[in-house]
Amino acid sequence: MPALSRDDVAHVAMLARIDLSDAELDRFAVQLEQIVGWVDQVGEVAAAEVTPMSHPLPLVNVTRPDEVRASLSAQSALAGAPEAVEERFSVPRILDEE
Amino acid sequence: MSTHAGDPCFLTAAQMATSLVAGEFTSEELVQAHLDRIEALDGSIHAYLHIDAPGALAAARAVDADRAADEPLPPMAGVPVAVKDVACTLGMPTTAGSAMLADWVPPYDATVVARLREARMPILGKTNMDEFAMGSSTEHSAYGPTQNPWDLSRTPGGSGGGSAAAVAAYLAPWAIGSDTGGSIRQPAALTGTVGAKPTYGGVSRYGIIALASSLDQIGPCTRTVTDAALLHAVIGGHDPMDSTSIARPVPPVVGAVSTRDLTGTRIGVVQEISGEGFQAGVRARFEEAVERLRDLGAEVHEVSCPHFTSAMAAYYLILPSEASSNLARYDAMRYGLRQGPEGIAAPSAEQVMSSSRDAGFGDEVKRRIILGTYALSSGYYEAYYGQAQKVRTLIAQDFAAAFEQVDVLVSPTAPTTAFRFGENDEDPVAMYLNDIATIPANLAGVPGLSLPVGQADEDGLPVGLQILAPATQDERMYAVSAALEAALTDTWGGPLLDRAPALEHEEVRA
Repeated sequence: MPALSRDDVAHVAMLARIDLSDAELDRFAVQLEQIVGWVDQVGEVAAAEVTPMSHPLPLVNVTRPDEVRASLSAQSALAGAPEAVEERFSVPRILDEE
Repeated sequence: MSTHAGDPCFLTAAQMATSLVAGEFTSEELVQAHLDRIEALDGSIHAYLHIDAPGALAAARAVDADRAADEPLPPMAGVPVAVKDVACTLGMPTTAGSAMLADWVPPYDATVVARLREARMPILGKTNMDEFAMGSSTEHSAYGPTQNPWDLSRTPGGSGGGSAAAVAAYLAPWAIGSDTGGSIRQPAALTGTVGAKPTYGGVSRYGIIALASSLDQIGPCTRTVTDAALLHAVIGGHDPMDSTSIARPVPPVVGAVSTRDLTGTRIGVVQEISGEGFQAGVRARFEEAVERLRDLGAEVHEVSCPHFTSAMAAYYLILPSEASSNLARYDAMRYGLRQGPEGIAAPSAEQVMSSSRDAGFGDEVKRRIILGTYALSSGYYEAYYGQAQKVRTLIAQDFAAAFEQVDVLVSPTAPTTAFRFGENDEDPVAMYLNDIATIPANLAGVPGLSLPVGQADEDGLPVGLQILAPATQDERMYAVSAALEAALTDTWGGPLLDRAPALEHEEVRA
């Protein structure tokens, strides 16, 4: 497995939408390289024919009757919002300026 | 117990319930006694992030009024409880130990919290934890660490160090915990208390702040095995709001705790997690406890689960992968921290999101999100997440083979006793190894319980033994642990917690 470089960490952090500082990048690159080197051992254990397991118990789809039932009011749903306007979440601009 | 005569905080939860029915004290008096103790001692323990004195007292008075009027009440009515800050609570902040959710008050109760309220149990407050339950020491809480009541210079374990320390310091009779890789059981071991992780799906997770959805489970943190079974029965059982909730009654855990004779019970000692790399005092107490199980009539066998040695690596791919997805919801738009980048006049939503996530998450959370995003990214998915899922299958097969030979499995709960603050600061992998014995149960979904089995010779700190049972057979671990607990407390002349240093004296010295 290729080692995780500082550039890789910067790229993955961008994908995860975490704006890391240079100091954080320096620190995490070293630690993550160590962690990735350690978890890499999973590649040596399981052979191709082993069935992957995503969940400890068999999962079945759970549905309920499609009936209206009580839910949060707009007021309580918005109570934790950083900013709300006219019973809606207010967010920063979503388009680039140029 | 004689030194604490007359102080109701030192009773077990089961005794408190009996005393309330007998009218020896009121629920209000019981809650007030805990609030007074929290006021006096939590400054040095920091088990709680939030204390709800008015809410707890109001719930207690309502129980007392109904009892005075001979209204029917649930069995545990009036016995207070603490809740890990991972569970949503109406009217109380829920932070998951993160600055991302500072002061956030959820608009609904988690099902476990609703069940505590239906059981008429006053909620004392919310307990400290590693941020988003990522950690094994409670040092990763954004609100500062919790101290271990046995030695204030040491951690209580984690992520549920707050719940375990609250129970160990008699700041709550019992508490709710969550266990994704050992966060109930490992703190129980490090604080001389009891902690149980039920079968995956045994307790609803509706309203629990998700860490890794295929691993997370809610369970009781208590001082006795009986109390653990009683609290398990209150919170367990099917919930239509959680699609992974098992649609069957709670296993007969309360009935199991009267077990004293283990004749005919087959117990397997898991070789891979019971010796090498474990502290000498942990091994010594564990081996003695296994002898006690033999004395009680159990047949003890050595069992090999060869793939358990790869469980840690698989876990540290599966957990970060699921966590990176679950924590994507903290996007600074609908709730939680919003903090724009400095020096940008009109930042975009994406810039605000990235800068909020940098400001709101701590180091361990960022490390795991980045690791999980990497493991799930195109080109690496098969090598990491796919391989980890195959290892998970092999671990489940090891359990299945072991449970054909024996009824329950045992191991030490944690490789060491409580460690000092800062010991694993710069070495995340060393910290991860604390959960080496507890993680296999989460990967396979089987239940596990930790109970205290003595103090290590080298440091006098408590040692825990873990009992693992097949999925949905939770009663087996309660039966075996109840028999062992009765034998050990008989030998000790009282519970192990009686040997913890008195915190009142710490306070006087401070």
